[in-house]
Amino acid sequence: MNPSPASELQGYNPRNYLNSPATGLKSWLTTLDHKRIGVMFLVAVTVAFALGGFFALLIRLELLTPGPTIVDAMTYNRLFTLHGVVMIFLFMIPAIPSAFGNFLLPIMLGAKDVAFPRLNLLSFYLYLAGASVALYGMVHGGADTGWTFYTPYSTTTTTKVVPILLGAFILGFSSILTGLNFIVTTHTMRAPGMTWNRLPLFVWSIYATAVIQILATPVLGMTLLLVAIEHAFGWGIFDPARGGDPVLFQHFFWFYSHPAVYIMILPAMAVMSEVVCAFSRKNIFGYKAVAYSSLGIAFVGFFTWGHHLFTSGQSTLTGGVFGVLSMFVGIFTAIKVFNWTATLYRGSISFTTPFAYFVGFLFFLVFGGMTGIALATMSLDVHWHDTYFVVAHFHFIMVGATLMAFLAALHYWLPKMTGRMYPENWGLVAAVMVVLGFNFTFIPQFLLGNEGMPRRYFSYPERFWALNVASTAGASVLAIGLVIVLVYLLVAIRRGAVAGANPWGSRGFEWDTPSPPPPENYETTPVYTHGPHEYHEDPEPPRHAAPEPKHV
Amino acid sequence: MNELLRRILFLPEQASDYARQVDALHYFVIVTTMIGAAGVFLAAIYFFVRYRRRSESDRTPHVEPKAIHEILFIGGPLALFLLWFAIGFPQYVSLSLPPDDAMDVYVQGKKWMWKFAYPGGPNAIDRLRVPAGRPVRLLITSRDVIHSFYVPALRIKMDALPGRYTQTWFNASRPGRYEIFCAEYCGLSHSSMLGELVVMPAADFDDWMAQQRRGLASAQDAAPVPGEPVRPASSVVEEGRRVAAEQGCLKCHSVDGTRHIGPTWTDLYLRDEKLASGKLVRADEGYLTRSMMDPAADIVNGFQNVMPTFQGKLSPPEVAAVVEYIKSLKTPAAGSGPSEGPVYESVPRK
Repeated sequence: MNPSPASELQGYNPRNYLNSPATGLKSWLTTLDHKRIGVMFLVAVTVAFALGGFFALLIRLELLTPGPTIVDAMTYNRLFTLHGVVMIFLFMIPAIPSAFGNFLLPIMLGAKDVAFPRLNLLSFYLYLAGASVALYGMVHGGADTGWTFYTPYSTTTTTKVVPILLGAFILGFSSILTGLNFIVTTHTMRAPGMTWNRLPLFVWSIYATAVIQILATPVLGMTLLLVAIEHAFGWGIFDPARGGDPVLFQHFFWFYSHPAVYIMILPAMAVMSEVVCAFSRKNIFGYKAVAYSSLGIAFVGFFTWGHHLFTSGQSTLTGGVFGVLSMFVGIFTAIKVFNWTATLYRGSISFTTPFAYFVGFLFFLVFGGMTGIALATMSLDVHWHDTYFVVAHFHFIMVGATLMAFLAALHYWLPKMTGRMYPENWGLVAAVMVVLGFNFTFIPQFLLGNEGMPRRYFSYPERFWALNVASTAGASVLAIGLVIVLVYLLVAIRRGAVAGANPWGSRGFEWDTPSPPPPENYETTPVYTHGPHEYHEDPEPPRHAAPEPKHV
Repeated sequence: MNELLRRILFLPEQASDYARQVDALHYFVIVTTMIGAAGVFLAAIYFFVRYRRRSESDRTPHVEPKAIHEILFIGGPLALFLLWFAIGFPQYVSLSLPPDDAMDVYVQGKKWMWKFAYPGGPNAIDRLRVPAGRPVRLLITSRDVIHSFYVPALRIKMDALPGRYTQTWFNASRPGRYEIFCAEYCGLSHSSMLGELVVMPAADFDDWMAQQRRGLASAQDAAPVPGEPVRPASSVVEEGRRVAAEQGCLKCHSVDGTRHIGPTWTDLYLRDEKLASGKLVRADEGYLTRSMMDPAADIVNGFQNVMPTFQGKLSPPEVAAVVEYIKSLKTPAAGSGPSEGPVYESVPRK
């Protein structure tokens, strides 16, 4: 990697957040530095991802043959539940906001930390507490309800559903605190000259995510608590045999869980808006369109939950309203896709690993998004609902788009976070394996859904066999690709070439700091005179405020 | 063309006209998706090559969108999505509008089997026999947790909810045997909760039904559910009359049109009732079931909230039987006005 001419700091920053103010376990566990908390989140969500991925592989192995293969039906039901719970609550939701958002958001704003550093640390410990409670439930039997916890099944099952529910409940608070912190930070901690129209698009999307986190997550918390109460004490809330309403849960649950899809995808869009600019050396095409469409997704996303209930007996008119509103969420995503593609026009495109993941992301988002719109055309949903088509659709969005963004972020910001570079050749090999393996895993599942195979099936009729084998084969390629990524990144952290402050020649503001950044990010507060990713003029070093504004 | 696309997309056979219509929308959606995606990806690939980095010191211009770009970016996909919706929504609506002459079949899901009951006819486990070319309406409920009745060949699916009824309908055009799946996760044997839809030529079906009515139920179809009392396969209406008498329904609801404590059941079915809240409601299966489970929810105008809930007291087949009994109480000159008031003047509560 040739260091950018813009960079004055070529070497490894000796006084950085990794060794200052102190090293050692205690200094990490009690740190208030947003960068260290971000790194701790990154480690934690990566462990969670490995665990969820392990469950996924067991599921795929079980489905290799139509009958029982490696586990019994009960174990299988627990496996897909744990896969869903771990991937959603422990990986997808915190992955990008809590890890990369924490690390980058203050730096991008020209701030020295988030607004509430102690809450930030509390958010991490709540994550650990929630994960521990959920893990306790997994070790002691695990739940067999699916991650959606549909009542009255979830309130009558004999498996250990209460610890898992409480775990997710606690994790919700971690998510709320992080969101709250980001909103206040964005409003109050922007450096001089950092107007709203100069905010990096990463910040815009993370900000929209934070709005959803604090508005929707409390509803999930209440709902899960109600399920836990009905399960533990037998109060009739959702179970009609005890006087409850079985569909009410689905409304509550999707009121959170549909916006939660955008908690997962908006941060992915945040990452990709940065990556596409940095690797095509272009300003974003349609800054305002991309920025405001994030807010549009956050807003309209709250009014589409009913599209999960097209076959639940809700009124036809209600269904129609939810169907139309779902189309509008699709529009905002389409706006972004077109703007990212148009950003490449007259750029200077460098096909490195983060950009390879951008290409994969674009592919998965387009097809994941279009199949989502197709599902909202209602009559097709009646056929596809609760089949493998839906499974493939949301994996295209969540794994396809969000995992690609997570991997792109790892590669793009690794030099900033660790001061070292990953091996580019291995990076491209692994990226190709991940993207192809992913396609081979989930394209057969679209076809399985067309053919009518319902999801959460332990065994299946033999005519579904061939496509299931194809899917399992794809999953193994995907898994190998991910293991390669893990290995070379671990090696690179220790032995990678020193990256310098700005190995990509990127004009994102986070690259103005040395790599790794010092604990206070900037020695003096920067002053911004233009937006990020302005490549048409010569780079200028950031100016500084005088006198220095006081930070609390 | 239909056959080719159906095979490419791995769709199951089409057992009804509705299935063919849905598949037509499916093909349209897939083709337009592929065209749109190809547009985006070909543009992207062209840019990758044309604007690849040639030197580290490449300069790029500042490019901003014009208004026309933004209008195209929003208007193009919006028009396409709304077009899809304009085709799909009427199809979805048609699923909730069964023809008046549809034959009713009661469907009950329970862990882990499907039970089918024909009004005035037999019960069957896991095998639904229907005539080809005649509309069939399914009134679906569950005995325990949520299940979902799914026939891929008909492209229909409807959840089976405990404590309430949902409905869907189909008109199978081709005799044959088709799979029934449970699509909503329901526990240990979810993937074994399979059934079979047998579409018979209409004449064969009539023969079969007549045979069943004569009490010649084959052991296979009418095998009793373990743990349930064995009842002769008598008419569901008769069963409903018995349940209504046993449960004391008839102490408040008359069956001859006379005024009593509760609304009369005569001509109640499909009557437009005026509720105490001022709303009008049609007394369909859903309303009748709801009124048994949660009587206080929709009080008919002029009546008091005195009816106890039958939640948990009646099994779903018994509820279905009572509903069927109410439906049978139809006079030839059925009026559809709201219920007359009760015969007594109650003391207003403070």
